[in-house]
Amino acid sequence: MSGRKLSAELFFYLGLMLVCAPFLKLHTAWLPAVFLVVWGLKWFGDFSGRNEGIGRLREKVVGFFRQRSTPLVLLLLAVAVVVPFGASTYLLDVLTSALLYAILASALNITVGFTGVLVLGFIGFYAIGAYTTGILTTKFALCGFWLALPASGVVALLFGLLLGIPTLRLKGDYLAIVTLGFGEIVKIFCNNLDALTGGPNGILGIKRPSLGFATLDSPQAFYWFCLAVLAMVVLIIARIADSRYGRAWIAVRENEMAAGALGIDVFKKHLLSFSLSAFFGGIAGALFAAKQGFISPDSFTFYESVLVLCMVVLGGIGNLAGSLVGAGLLIVLPEFLREFALYRMLIFGALMVAFMIFRPHGLVGSRTIALEAEDHADGAP
Amino acid sequence: MAPRDLLVTEGLSVEFGGVRALAGVDIAVHEGEILAVIGPNGAGKTTFFNAITGTCAPAGGRVFFDGRNITGKKSHEIARLGLARSFQNLKPFAEMTVTENILIGRESHLASNLLDAVLRTPRFRADEAANHRKARELVAFVGLDKRRNTLARDLTYGEQKMLEIARALALEPRILLLDEPVAGMNATETGFVMELVRKVQAQGITVVLIEHDMRMVMGISERIYVLDHGELIACGDPEAIRSNSRVIEAYLGGGKLAHHH
Amino acid sequence: MFLQHLLNGITIGGGYALIALGYTLVYGVLKLINFAHGEIYMIGAYLGFICVSLLPALPPFFQTHTLVFVCLIFLVAAGLCSIYGFYLEKICYRPLRGAPKLTPLISALGASIFFQNLVMITMGAKDKIFPQLITQQTMTFAGVSFTWLQLTMIGLSLVLMLGLYWFINRTRLGTAIRAVSTDPFMAQLLGVNVDTVISVTFMVGSFLAACAGVMIGLYYGTINFTIGYLGGMKAFTAAVLGGIGSVTGAMAGGLLLGIIEALGAGYFSTEYKDVYAFFILIAVLIFRPAGLLGRRLHERA
Repeated sequence: MSGRKLSAELFFYLGLMLVCAPFLKLHTAWLPAVFLVVWGLKWFGDFSGRNEGIGRLREKVVGFFRQRSTPLVLLLLAVAVVVPFGASTYLLDVLTSALLYAILASALNITVGFTGVLVLGFIGFYAIGAYTTGILTTKFALCGFWLALPASGVVALLFGLLLGIPTLRLKGDYLAIVTLGFGEIVKIFCNNLDALTGGPNGILGIKRPSLGFATLDSPQAFYWFCLAVLAMVVLIIARIADSRYGRAWIAVRENEMAAGALGIDVFKKHLLSFSLSAFFGGIAGALFAAKQGFISPDSFTFYESVLVLCMVVLGGIGNLAGSLVGAGLLIVLPEFLREFALYRMLIFGALMVAFMIFRPHGLVGSRTIALEAEDHADGAP
Repeated sequence: MAPRDLLVTEGLSVEFGGVRALAGVDIAVHEGEILAVIGPNGAGKTTFFNAITGTCAPAGGRVFFDGRNITGKKSHEIARLGLARSFQNLKPFAEMTVTENILIGRESHLASNLLDAVLRTPRFRADEAANHRKARELVAFVGLDKRRNTLARDLTYGEQKMLEIARALALEPRILLLDEPVAGMNATETGFVMELVRKVQAQGITVVLIEHDMRMVMGISERIYVLDHGELIACGDPEAIRSNSRVIEAYLGGGKLAHHH
Repeated sequence: MFLQHLLNGITIGGGYALIALGYTLVYGVLKLINFAHGEIYMIGAYLGFICVSLLPALPPFFQTHTLVFVCLIFLVAAGLCSIYGFYLEKICYRPLRGAPKLTPLISALGASIFFQNLVMITMGAKDKIFPQLITQQTMTFAGVSFTWLQLTMIGLSLVLMLGLYWFINRTRLGTAIRAVSTDPFMAQLLGVNVDTVISVTFMVGSFLAACAGVMIGLYYGTINFTIGYLGGMKAFTAAVLGGIGSVTGAMAGGLLLGIIEALGAGYFSTEYKDVYAFFILIAVLIFRPAGLLGRRLHERA
């Protein structure tokens, strides 16, 4: 780095700290340090970009995991199944939330990752699912959870169509704001339609599902149930992604004009991914309602949408495994870093910026590396 | 017997914010021929393709494909009718492999539905296998065998152009519109593309091509249409075009010499 | 009663218009929507608040001459805020130019989350009471009651909008901004430094947003770290309503939205007051994506 560039950067960071001065209080005094760390990371990023050794190491690691993906998945699944035996009720609760968020992140990844449409009010579908289950199970005595679960998905899907049909032709940034508005509208309606949603007080007394011979009352049982649903959702999404639909989605993301010229109905593909995403969001919402036993509009804030998006971004946009990793990290880590609870969203915000700039493909890595590893395995050049 | 017209435009016009990009163009493409559309930069050649394929909406005139009026149809509907095209400035889908790129072109020939994909039914497997086979043939056809699993963005410029042709061919079109397929290629690569276009024709596919490279245009096209300022100024076989005074004037008058031939 | 609602609407609409201008200007030069603009407005309001709370520490001159002090607050808050805008662009947008469209959107969203939480952590999550510097004494004229504050706000919005109009149309930098909005490539060929122009655009937008922030803070009397979300959303609606990319459109859209909201709250229900903006936004985007004043946009081009 030349001296001139260095001084320019120093000037830049000093200015940044000065600007932040009005908002510097005792508990954000570490902020300048963070900026310095980011600067260091950036320097390291430049360095590792130039350094082939690091690139090769990364390739090797990714290749290693890819070649053993099946046993790895089984191992992880086994761990996930066994965990409840040793866990406290509290930890189980956290892990169950992580599972729900993993469903949400995988669902959101369909639109954000595959079709490249930013959906900011995704939590609206989650809320619709939760409220559908809440209303159906508490207000209609005959309707049990097993009917409410698919109904929640379908209702969310219908709302997805309702929102998607008029708006999916819009340009990406407009669409993002429209969905943001949608999330907000859902919340406002939940707050004000007292007769149906209970208003700000929400809905109480949502029962956990029963399997005929045993209710899923114990935290363990419910955890396993959520795990099963997650596995199913991930399997379905992975299979769709690895078919003509997934391919067409990526083509639409890359270039709508070219996709259209190859006979792909761009709008239909957008609609499919959007409504699938909404459907799984609704399913997650139904599980959430059953898990909490109580729902209120406060659970469905804009921050939840951001959190889910952050999981997708961190794990890697368009990378299903990444979404799971992201959900795990963002739900479980903060529980161990309780003293930073206040800074959680601050850090997530900064992370989103940093990831877009330094690692747009997320933690799990880009497809290029993975494919090259495959090519090496094939023996192709 | 007169040749059958596969693609016909009648008075096709396009406007951009009041500016006429295409002013009443009548063209008839005969089935099975190789036809070139040439003209100076900004003559409206690409706009002409866009108006035919539904990429931009025509302000007036009609387009007939195989006797059917396709004016105003959406681009994917037109593609499904058997009208494939390549783009001048667009590259293949960068984040997809060569094979996947070609499979996108197979979209309209796939039979499996969402449920098949989720349940991995025999129909899904058969469908995928058949189309992968087809894609492999096409990869070989354009000479990209060794690059099957490479991401399109890692291909060389020439390879990307070949991939684009293969992708369009995957539609199994009846007519192929190529927008400057050899722009930026060297002589060897151009020769390869010319050979390829002839092979495509031999399969019974009609080819319409926009090209600046006169060696290619004069070398393979049977008829040539010349556009200038959005208007058709000449048409005929290569010999006639070469000696047409209006064409020479259009090229020289525009201050731009055609690539020597 | 109608005139009363109209006046209230114009008062708040002027604020929306000022924020909307930031969206429109940035959209003009970068062809993307600055998601973090609402937070810039919120930061502006807080900077104004910090300035106001410094009053007891200042020389007595300022304590007696409130008008001078208010002008000073606007200048300082807006000036500082424009530096925020500068850094926002430099950090979150510049490295991502030419990247897929999704990335700057997400990065801007990250920035806005960051700003919100920074302010929440340092200033607290509770509402801050904005001291009343301009008397809220009501006057009545022809059955319409109004305060000096409302008049000041309307006047200030007008002055700022006229100032911006002059800046865009009469100065070199303004001309450069227009050039970049029309054709960045051509502008660059003609010797316009596109990077500088983009920075200036962000700074101007932030300046106006901060003025709106202080104004609305004074008007409502309280500010909160979440105002950027709703304020930004509404101002964006205003920008779209007037046709994004159009300066006069943003001004008209802001006023119109303010009036619609005031009428809606006055004649229908205040509970759904914030929903009107969303429905207007969705309706405009679907039926008239170019806005009421804008030219036809090439959607999905």
